[in-house]
Amino acid sequence: MREVAVVSSAIYQVEALTFTTDVQLMVPLINEARSAVGLTQADIGFTCSGSSDFLAGQGFSFVQTLDAVGAFPPISESHVEMDGAFALYEAWVKLQVGEVDTALVYSYGKSSPGSRRDVLAVQLDPYTVAPLWPDAHAVAALQARLLLESGAVSAEGLAEIAVRSQHHAVGNPNALRASAGATVAGVLSEPVVADPLRASDIAAESDGGCVVVLAAGDRARSLCERPAWIRGIDHRIDAHGLGVRDLTRSPSAALAAQMAGAGQDRLDLAELHGPTTSQEHILATELGLGADTVVNPSGGALAADTLMAAGLVRIAEAARRISSGGADRALAHATSGPCLQQNLVCVMEGE
Amino acid sequence: MGGERTAVLGVGQTHYRSTRGDVSMAGLVREAAMRALEDAGLGWSDIDAVVIGKAPDFFEGLMMPELYLADALGCVGKPILRVHTAGSVGGSTALVAASLIQGRIHRRVLTLGFEKQSESNATWALSLPQPFSVSINAGAGGYFSPIIRQYMARSGAPELVGCMVAFKDRQHALSNPYAHLRQHDLTFDQVVEAPMLWDPIRFSETCPSSDGACAMVLGDEAAGDASPGKVAWVHGTAMRSEANNFPGRDEVNPQASRDCAVDLFRQAGITDPRREIDVVEMYVPFSWFEPIWLESLGFAERDRGWRMVEEGATRLDGGDLPVNCSGGVLSSNPIGASGMIRFAEAALQVRGMAGEHQVDGARVALGHAYGGGAQYFAMWVVGADKP
Amino acid sequence: MTDTPVPHEVPADQVAEGPPIQLPPSISDVEPVLSVRTPIRLEYDFIPSAAAQQYLRAYASKRILGNRSPVDGAVFVPPRGVDPRNGVVADEMVDLVDTGHVGSFCITHLPIPGRKDLPVPYVSAWIHLDGADIGFLGLVAGCAAADVRIGMRVRAVWKPDAELGATAENVLHWEPTGQPDVPIDEAGNRAWALKQSAAGGGEDA
Repeated sequence: MREVAVVSSAIYQVEALTFTTDVQLMVPLINEARSAVGLTQADIGFTCSGSSDFLAGQGFSFVQTLDAVGAFPPISESHVEMDGAFALYEAWVKLQVGEVDTALVYSYGKSSPGSRRDVLAVQLDPYTVAPLWPDAHAVAALQARLLLESGAVSAEGLAEIAVRSQHHAVGNPNALRASAGATVAGVLSEPVVADPLRASDIAAESDGGCVVVLAAGDRARSLCERPAWIRGIDHRIDAHGLGVRDLTRSPSAALAAQMAGAGQDRLDLAELHGPTTSQEHILATELGLGADTVVNPSGGALAADTLMAAGLVRIAEAARRISSGGADRALAHATSGPCLQQNLVCVMEGE
Repeated sequence: MGGERTAVLGVGQTHYRSTRGDVSMAGLVREAAMRALEDAGLGWSDIDAVVIGKAPDFFEGLMMPELYLADALGCVGKPILRVHTAGSVGGSTALVAASLIQGRIHRRVLTLGFEKQSESNATWALSLPQPFSVSINAGAGGYFSPIIRQYMARSGAPELVGCMVAFKDRQHALSNPYAHLRQHDLTFDQVVEAPMLWDPIRFSETCPSSDGACAMVLGDEAAGDASPGKVAWVHGTAMRSEANNFPGRDEVNPQASRDCAVDLFRQAGITDPRREIDVVEMYVPFSWFEPIWLESLGFAERDRGWRMVEEGATRLDGGDLPVNCSGGVLSSNPIGASGMIRFAEAALQVRGMAGEHQVDGARVALGHAYGGGAQYFAMWVVGADKP
Repeated sequence: MTDTPVPHEVPADQVAEGPPIQLPPSISDVEPVLSVRTPIRLEYDFIPSAAAQQYLRAYASKRILGNRSPVDGAVFVPPRGVDPRNGVVADEMVDLVDTGHVGSFCITHLPIPGRKDLPVPYVSAWIHLDGADIGFLGLVAGCAAADVRIGMRVRAVWKPDAELGATAENVLHWEPTGQPDVPIDEAGNRAWALKQSAAGGGEDA
């Protein structure tokens, strides 16, 4: 496997990008990530992005956003209708082929013009489930109730996850929900949004974008003092139907972690893309995280969940902590689909 | 070309029709996937990963359909990627799958493109009102017509060249059992007399709106060597994109197209494409794009591509560079699959498995796709011989 | 979703045969469900960007604004706050005139979903305003469709003052000015290459 590392990143998340288009969001972010390591688009060997037309409310929405890159002269480029973490995976594969040494990855999501929980209903089986319009909170609540009733975790246990996220998010400029004074009792006193999930159990919806620059081998070393080397990256998917899987588990997350070699050594931290506290709990279990692993030092997706970018943000957050010397080995995770159907795990290390 | 040698082990297609009401989306993709596996002599358990592509989710009203289709594609517990690069998506999906082999991530990958346009309305999906702009564009033809008009003006091509391409591709389609349009009694005069839709584009010069799926199984060198049937070897892969609208952009012959072809032919060691390539499957959704791309890809000099059409050079019957022997996009257009069909048909040709539309002795073939405002390009060259 | 005519419906006997539908024996006498309609309705509230708001407000008073690139001075209309060629912010606003030429065009014989007001055929064209360096789509009227030409000079026909507003629809259409055409080799995007070579800059497009 060719050595590939995250050498630079840029993140921007806010509650709503009211007067900013996707392309206006991405121009400064892309320039920030490239210029941090002294690159221009001409130095980039491959570009890959992730976004969703249903989020944008427009077909071919990514075509407009390509304007943010400065795609002339023409570039070698691809796009996935997936979270940016999967765009990063495609770029990592391209670097494995060995013809290019650098890659630019970006993704963005602006869900504020529509109703995210309704838009996500259109992800479900189009013939038998989507026509019933189960919104995303209701679907996640089904899973949370099964989890609570299985005895794997208590309501207090879920509230503890919410509290930890809010504590960690203090000081993260890209977090929307942060509070040094959050308490379990406080969370448990919140009204339920979708029983048993309360407001703090559900990720804070954000608009935003994320950019990551990847580089291979010595190119990475020349660009960055302490690159975050990708030691393993893998993604897997489970069956789609909510009724055909054990919703208290996420075998695809466990398998992706295994294939990425997550358990081969101690993990200093893990950035998990869990859109609810219950999903974060399931992930921590499936990924085999121990008590010595700090979970979501950024606050995680609960603190700010930018659809299509939240997974890439997790990779960027984990890589930053490695590059700053704050961690030696970290795991970043991305999810897609209802109830943790699809999962990606990226394990990174400093040198 | 870098990395592991890559082979096309199997190809599977559905019949293309305006409505495949006999199957769900899952049934449609499974039909193509199973035929590709059968062709490759493999089973679901032999597949390491799936790469799926389609055009905008609005075409079926299903967001990220790969989530729902994972079960039907035997993907549970495996990796699946979903590519979307506008009209070129079928081609770029195949290239992402190829990169998984080239990068030695996997040994055998299933790749598939599909569209089930009957479950929504493509013209509607392509004409969604854009906020704060005037809605005056009825579908893709409205976008590409001015480009064709520019080409006609600058090349001096005779007015009926587009009709010649359309008539040729519809005749080719009669030799392809999967083709959507199989118009046995069609005459050239009927093509010419068809009503104008997006002048200078006639109804007869446009692609249909199809349901369908196309799949391929790609493998590494060992898988290619071990395959029971004849395989196609990948000799080069290239993708290029450029911005949609900027000062000085050449919409008729975009630099992204030219750069993509140059990179592709360099990898494949091709210096004289007209001589060295035996057959081309080219993305021609509107007839005039055949001469346009013949020039851009280097098969003809600038402003001379139409002469190849006029001389019959691109005909299956007697041409020296047959183009779209399958009938092309003009005869079958499940948008998300249309690019992959080009790539798959190129592979069938060099495997000698194109049936009635086989070009005798084809050894090297080009698969081509484009999308967006003629700004996204994906291409590959496949050959009968190992590179 | 609007139903528009489906092109290329061909007779059934000309369609390639697919596999027949087979039902299990237990339900073989049940009338099959051949299709279901499950309408999807999602609402989005789009708010114009700062650049679009400035543009739309000026447009309501018959002014056309563009953005100038800080890199090469190219002028983009309508303004999107971005220079797509260089991938940089372009927020300098410039005033443009309401005359220009046709870069290329399409005579459309199909109705547009949602535009029942438009008689068929109509001419949509890339309008290249004088002083702008990219074209945008506009309707051309005021002459026979057959008389529209690449390079034809046009001017805006605005709505009556009382009907103007902060929308993209203030120009009813573009009509011929009767001035001599822009030569075809200088029309549309080619103007930029000529301008660059006149200024001594190299251009690759």
